[in-house]
Amino acid sequence: MKIPILKLKDILITSIQIDLTDDEAIVFQTAVLAKVSETNVEGLVIDITALDVVDSFMARVLNDTATMVRLLGAEVVLCGMQPSVALTLIEMGRELIGVETALNLDQAVEKINELIKSRATTALKEKGS
Amino acid sequence: MEAKKIEILTEQDIIAARSAGRDMARDLGFGSADQTRLATAISELTRNIIRYAGKGTCTLSDISNEQAITILVVAEDSGPGIEDIEQAMEFGFSTSKGLGAGLPGTKRLVSKFEIGSEPGHTVVTLELTKRKII
Repeated sequence: MKIPILKLKDILITSIQIDLTDDEAIVFQTAVLAKVSETNVEGLVIDITALDVVDSFMARVLNDTATMVRLLGAEVVLCGMQPSVALTLIEMGRELIGVETALNLDQAVEKINELIKSRATTALKEKGS
Repeated sequence: MEAKKIEILTEQDIIAARSAGRDMARDLGFGSADQTRLATAISELTRNIIRYAGKGTCTLSDISNEQAITILVVAEDSGPGIEDIEQAMEFGFSTSKGLGAGLPGTKRLVSKFEIGSEPGHTVVTLELTKRKII
């Protein structure tokens, strides 16, 4: 099962619509990284509205993916987490999710554009000083 | 309700087991938070079976009585066993590439949690309970 990763202007948007096995989650992670690198985008939004279970493995994959994408130089926002998934993750251990998040896709796109903008401003300031 | 025994042989069975757990919880009247807690707990236990033992079983049963609705989950395998259970229950400890949040995290999600392990046989038992409104 291949998860579509769509390019929209300077960002990539992807939505995980099915329960992934561990191997599929790793395949997804690799595909996202490759796509970020080849499209030179500045941000990535991952929508997880359809995920009704995010266990410690999936949490780690999402965290790692975000960290890796940031290392490549792009921003990441995770959106659409189900309330019961948020509750379960916090109960299991609050260390599990350390990614920027948003309530829905609309807000995620807004947030990622802000992140990209603020990064550009910081870079400019550094250049000026 | 009869007990449901699921053979855990591949990663796909992790998804099958947690879906079965969620369905059972929903059918017995558990809310969405409890359904997710149970599904997540089953996901962690069955992943441990695949990762550490290769194969095993996960059995779900309805053991409700007059006072409470309870789902019993038994995850069993004949793998090498857990050498140091106390250490395995520490947050952050992992012998594989995990986060080390699996077992201690799972314990926090459910009403009752027990591990018995010896070389060649590991059993993890957990219960999710909801009081009946009388």
